[in-house]
Amino acid sequence: MIVFEKPKALTDAPLHYCPGCTHGIIHRLVAEAIDSLGIEGITVGVAPVGCAVFAYNYFSCDMVEAAHGRAPAVATGLKRAEPENIIFTYQGDGDLASIGMAETVHAAARNENITIVFVNNAIYGMTGGQMAPTSLPGQVTQTSPYGRDTSVCGFPVRVCEMLSQVDGAEYIERVAVNNVKNVKNAGRAIKKAFENQINKKGFSLIEVISSCPTNWGLTPQKALEWVEEKMIPYYPLGVYKDRSAGFVYGKEGAAR
Amino acid sequence: MAEKVLMKGNEAIAEAAIAAGCRHYYGYPITPQTEIAAYMAKRMPKIGGVFLQAESEIAAINMVYGTASAGYRVMTSSSSPGISLKSEGLSYIAGSDLPSLVVNVQRGGPGLGSIQPGQSDYFQATKGGGHGDYHMIVLAPASVQEMASLTVKGFDLADKYRMTSMILADGTMGQMMEPVSFEHIEVKTYDKPWALTGTRGKRKHNIITSLSLVPKELEEWNFSRYERYRLIEENEVMYEEFMMEDAEVCIVAFGISARVSQNAIRMARAKGIRAGMIRPITLWPFPKAPLAKAADKVRAFISVELSMGQMIEDVELATRCKRPVLLCNRVGGMIPSPESVLAKIEEAMGGDRT
Amino acid sequence: MSTTQILIAGFGGQGVLFAGKFLAYKGMLEEKQISWLPSYGPEMRGGTANCSVIVSDTPVGSPIVTEPDVLVAMNLPSFDKYENDTVKGGLILVDSSLIERKAVREDVSVFYIPATRMAQEAGFPTLANMILVGKLLRECPEMGYENTEAALKKVVSAKHMDLFDLNLKAIDMGYRFA
Repeated sequence: MIVFEKPKALTDAPLHYCPGCTHGIIHRLVAEAIDSLGIEGITVGVAPVGCAVFAYNYFSCDMVEAAHGRAPAVATGLKRAEPENIIFTYQGDGDLASIGMAETVHAAARNENITIVFVNNAIYGMTGGQMAPTSLPGQVTQTSPYGRDTSVCGFPVRVCEMLSQVDGAEYIERVAVNNVKNVKNAGRAIKKAFENQINKKGFSLIEVISSCPTNWGLTPQKALEWVEEKMIPYYPLGVYKDRSAGFVYGKEGAAR
Repeated sequence: MAEKVLMKGNEAIAEAAIAAGCRHYYGYPITPQTEIAAYMAKRMPKIGGVFLQAESEIAAINMVYGTASAGYRVMTSSSSPGISLKSEGLSYIAGSDLPSLVVNVQRGGPGLGSIQPGQSDYFQATKGGGHGDYHMIVLAPASVQEMASLTVKGFDLADKYRMTSMILADGTMGQMMEPVSFEHIEVKTYDKPWALTGTRGKRKHNIITSLSLVPKELEEWNFSRYERYRLIEENEVMYEEFMMEDAEVCIVAFGISARVSQNAIRMARAKGIRAGMIRPITLWPFPKAPLAKAADKVRAFISVELSMGQMIEDVELATRCKRPVLLCNRVGGMIPSPESVLAKIEEAMGGDRT
Repeated sequence: MSTTQILIAGFGGQGVLFAGKFLAYKGMLEEKQISWLPSYGPEMRGGTANCSVIVSDTPVGSPIVTEPDVLVAMNLPSFDKYENDTVKGGLILVDSSLIERKAVREDVSVFYIPATRMAQEAGFPTLANMILVGKLLRECPEMGYENTEAALKKVVSAKHMDLFDLNLKAIDMGYRFA
């Protein structure tokens, strides 16, 4: 008999996320990875500024709250102090790909042996739906009310494609959580990113395409459809870099 | 190191930090403090420590935040423009009640300014610098020996009170060499039950954060932090009196300004003018009591500083403006000559102001 | 009770800071109070460099030498800049192979040493600084020759011990220069 249980790596604190938000699923996948690897007691997580700011209340491991965008630097400080501990950051698109871009790229360049869970929902959620570095061309947000005009605000940043070209990075993969198959695959990828750290392989980042029904102005169901129809075509899923397997996006072809 | 060695102030800070048990240094190059990073880069790998050149001052201070969270003694160093970048992190470190040591070898500002000595980050250091209500313990060395001893002291106070100690030096202090001894360094250790070591399955998770969305709670949190600050003001003030016994004019100066003022005081004494000096060693907490006491006996105060007049405000407050407070200053990397300080002493003695 | 304020000035690369360091170490070995302060920044690389050294029986106040008791001028700009600042009765050492003019001041003792040429002829062209230092030890009563070898050992890094003898030779050459 299979009994549905909450992962031990999650606390009993009720999540504050909006209905239909996929942060809850991603939290669970992270917690399941921690549980299955038996590393909760040696894991320290770094929470971002953004919707997941209270992640420190939800994970049962030691947690620290970083300034906006600085989680990879904070994780570096934690990892360099205790190299045997497992350090992960959980960051959104504004945090990681806008204000924290330098910290992200340089942690990758240093092959910092940390795990980054990067949640991309193409919008600033916590502040109420402003344009993100990953907002799609034409996407309507509070600060792109006529749709993202690329002649004015430029183009979205494809983080996995970019980081795949950084020599220091070990493992870069993009996944989504819009259907059961993708959720299972995302769980596998996140677990691999933790395993890489345990095996001292180095910098591993999993980008998770997420949804934001509230700020997208869609029902949860429609939001998941929007992920499939709009997000994934712009942000193709797959492995972008797996250095140990000798795979680099672009050099070896498309993501796989 | 048993004997005295000749060292640059910057190197003395680095060596003292190592002696104080600091094994983690994160920094970014900037003149005139780069010797600290260079020294750490050389030494840390040999003693099992960590030296990491960060991608920016912002990253460096956040690496400090991470290592401090893990419970280790950790430091960063920079000069004025770099400290502005670190201010975000300094506010977070204060808000999360983490210990750290930050060195500012000041240069002339504002903006890119110059690379020559300055003291114009006094406000930034003593009044916060970053956002929110907070203080740092601000230590102002006036010799290479103090660059070393105050670094050790700074780590101790940081751990004791769970806050940042800042060494507020200047380009001269960083670049000059004087004999320095690293004997008699006592390293105290403090329990850090709050540190993020991993729960090891033995305790509830520790959380380090500066966030609290419940106003009443955040208010209480601030109140209790300021209760700690009050204790520091009561117990940790450091200053040095120089020829104050019979002084009629009291110079207030720190760092290089205090060294120059010493010459001026000797020159004044040779002319029969009874000048003296109160040299704050802690700029925060500021030595208010000795200044208030001095206000009852001297005719005037002179604030000597490499700024447009920042510390002078604290001198006026501490003395409740009982006596005139004159400003003797140079800025932009210039340093007042002993003669100009002497001239100011003579001016202070000029009219009968009482 | 005496305090000697020394200013060594020249181009970057002439060993101005090194010469100052030697004098500081010598003072330290003699249990005097000392300070050493370099000019720093981009001007050190090829521009003018100077170095303040104070050797004193009493604690050193300001480490900045603005009115030297002893000026070592290793190029014309430095000589032009600091000649007038030197105290009355002070001492000026001029590298006369690089500075053609004579001192204007008449109230100071001036010695002209063709240090750069001497160093070149002796086969250690980079040690004109130490020739001037040797002369300084001779002419400045507060300094003297004592502890020269011990101080030199402190400043010549272990890696370059082969240069120790050459430095000592240069100092001796300056010390004996008449």
